[in-house]
Amino acid sequence: MKELVHPFPPSTQQPSPSQPLNVQRLNVQDGHRPLPDNPPHTQAVKLTLNQVNFFYGDRQALFNIDIEIIKNQVTSFIGPSGCGKSTLLRCLNRLNDLIEGARLEGTMLLDGMDIYGPDVDITDLRKRVGMVFQKSNPFPKSIYENVAYGPRLHGIKNRNQLDQIVEEGIKGAGLWDEVKDRLQTSAFGLSGGQQQRLCIARALAVKPDVLLMDEPCSALDPVATAKIEELLFSLKQDLTVVIVTHNMQQAARVSDWTAFMYLGEIVEFGLTKQIFTTPSKKQTDDYITGRFG
Amino acid sequence: MRTTFKKFLASGNVFIWGCAAGVSVSLLMVFGLLLLIMINGLGYFWVSNIVELTLKDKQHVMGQLAGREVIPRSVTPDRPEGKGRLRVKIGNRDIYGLDFKWVNDDQVVSQAYPTDTVLLERREWGNMYARIKAIYNGETLLVEGNEPGWIALAPLIDTTNALHQQITRIERVEIGSVNADIEQARLKIRALEIGAPASDTSERGQIDSLKAQVAAAESRYQEKTTELERLRAQFNEYSVLMVDANGREKQIPVGQIIRALRPNEMSLLHKSWIYLTNVWSVLSTEPREANTEGGIFPAIFGTVMMVILMSLAVVPFGVLAALYLREYAKQGATVRLVRIAVNNLAGVPSIVFGVFGLGFFIYAVGGTLDTLFFPERLPTPTFGTGGILWASLTLALLTVPVVIVSTEEGLAAVPREFREGSLALGATKLETMLKVVIPSALPGILTGVILAMARAAGEVAPLMLTGVVKLAPALPVDGSWPFFHFDRKFMHLGFHIYDVGFQSPNVEAAKPMVYITTLVLITVVVLLNFTAIVLRNHLRKKYAGAVL
Repeated sequence: MKELVHPFPPSTQQPSPSQPLNVQRLNVQDGHRPLPDNPPHTQAVKLTLNQVNFFYGDRQALFNIDIEIIKNQVTSFIGPSGCGKSTLLRCLNRLNDLIEGARLEGTMLLDGMDIYGPDVDITDLRKRVGMVFQKSNPFPKSIYENVAYGPRLHGIKNRNQLDQIVEEGIKGAGLWDEVKDRLQTSAFGLSGGQQQRLCIARALAVKPDVLLMDEPCSALDPVATAKIEELLFSLKQDLTVVIVTHNMQQAARVSDWTAFMYLGEIVEFGLTKQIFTTPSKKQTDDYITGRFG
Repeated sequence: MRTTFKKFLASGNVFIWGCAAGVSVSLLMVFGLLLLIMINGLGYFWVSNIVELTLKDKQHVMGQLAGREVIPRSVTPDRPEGKGRLRVKIGNRDIYGLDFKWVNDDQVVSQAYPTDTVLLERREWGNMYARIKAIYNGETLLVEGNEPGWIALAPLIDTTNALHQQITRIERVEIGSVNADIEQARLKIRALEIGAPASDTSERGQIDSLKAQVAAAESRYQEKTTELERLRAQFNEYSVLMVDANGREKQIPVGQIIRALRPNEMSLLHKSWIYLTNVWSVLSTEPREANTEGGIFPAIFGTVMMVILMSLAVVPFGVLAALYLREYAKQGATVRLVRIAVNNLAGVPSIVFGVFGLGFFIYAVGGTLDTLFFPERLPTPTFGTGGILWASLTLALLTVPVVIVSTEEGLAAVPREFREGSLALGATKLETMLKVVIPSALPGILTGVILAMARAAGEVAPLMLTGVVKLAPALPVDGSWPFFHFDRKFMHLGFHIYDVGFQSPNVEAAKPMVYITTLVLITVVVLLNFTAIVLRNHLRKKYAGAVL
């Protein structure tokens, strides 16, 4: 492998491959929690990323990612553009498989199952790990058909059952009162924020365990953003949310855990409260106080 | 000065003028062409008044004025250069031999539009311009004189037109079906004879029963022919004696007359009505007189059916090929090469496709089909000769590059977000294709179909090798089983233009027909395209706003 340019100035600590020093290790079992005022100890690990390196052809995009994502909590990835947040997110549902020459090293476990294992059914994985994109991308179909798309794919044909799933999905996304009278109209008639919540409803309709959100509010106005953020609190009752965001205030508002990424590495990972109040790394501090990035 | 000129150039106004000029020239050419075709074609349906010219030599010329011109480059004294002359459609081809006559202006003594002149539209020999002298029933005189004759003629023509329909129906439908029965029984006998040795007793029995069928059908055929003879005799029972402007007489059976008109006493409203019926009859009837008269319905039908068959063949292949190239094939040198080859295919002269169609579809595929499935008909070919199926497939080959290119463009325009959104929900690639990508690419696909149809409807050269004919005895779709006869030869508007305009013995008379056929061809292409465009716009609206 070619020599990689190190992202940090020489004065900072050198990360070693076996135990990257720039990553706050997190281990639920042995109780080395970063902070004592932790949420309840019943928390279980949903996703485990172990020494993950990711390459676009020759270019390495992720370096030694080594984190654990807790069930029923919101974890946010923050960092400047091009730091690999979205790439990391898209590794979690193997959407990067589509890119020619993309390659991943290391292991990613979902409830102990290797996401990149040889016998993994990708469609099954993506059913468990839903995703909401930066641009809202409803299909050119009716609102109903958009939400019913996933369940139909997975073989649900019964009309009553579909109706119920669609209603649950849309209610889950907090959109029901706004669209219940026009389910058969085109999804493109909705506003940007409604479209994005429709996409969330569409993702919820396949009943995922994990919901990945790739800057879901970047194209929305503050009101629509607030609605989606509100939604996140209710969503984490049932699922684990991983959200990528540019907006640090948003990360501070919605997430329980925050990972700060820079140039393909996780600089610091810990409880949101800690990251935003007493970051242990200078880059983190610089970034969240707006001195760079 | 120089700086202002430079500024002027930099302002881009010259460029805008250039663009506008380009657009204007294009529009002018398109509309000029349409106008020319319409002026020349649409006048044909109008029944103009019959003029009677009296010449210096006491001769009379009767007919419809067809034009006036200044005599160009004269070489003979009877055609003085620089003087005007009239072109008169004198009709009466069976008497004069020619439909048109030039009359120099200075020869005309007087010009009149007598109301008693009669225009006879005939099944043969074109129009007749004359007066009625008498009407006979066989040898006996029925009425004499122009006015009583005119009154008596109309009901007779109605009767003969009804008889003509009856005769056509018997010939086409009844005798046609008897013939088809005989042919089928004959083919079955032949197939049995080919299939097994003659000693087989059960087969002998079958053959005998088939032969009995043939005999029964032949006796039915005899009945029909006697009925036909009786009708034909009735058809020609009455005859009318016409006299032309110079007193020459000609007796015509009333059955020969389609319609008798007196244009000089017709009102504008009546003429407009006749105009509309003329338009309709051209659109709905079959050609007469070596295609120079009558209608062009079989050609319209053939063109539309061929274009539809072509579309049915080209769309699946083109779309599948484009899907593979764009979505599945590994993008690289090979795919690029294939794309270049496909694009170049669009530039191959169409006659080459015709030759290929003849060699591959007709001789190789059709010939094989004949030996495998229709051995009893050999040596008469069934599919081993030109037909509408082979012509459509040949044109499908010709137009497949257009469909591939525009489908690929349509697929490329489908936003990546749609695909990712579908895949992220757990759809497989195929499901994503079928449910999201292809529906969104449909407008692009339809654009390809529109272009392909426009190209296919206008092609003539490959058709001449693969199944188009001057006059098809039957349409490719009719009432006899299996209703669609893809092996049949067909007529085509484009070929009709060529045939009527350049292969006709009577070019002058055929000229308006060429313009009309051109106009109809353009209209058919526009209508087919319009349908596809409406469909595409509907889809566009459905998928509009897809990209934020």
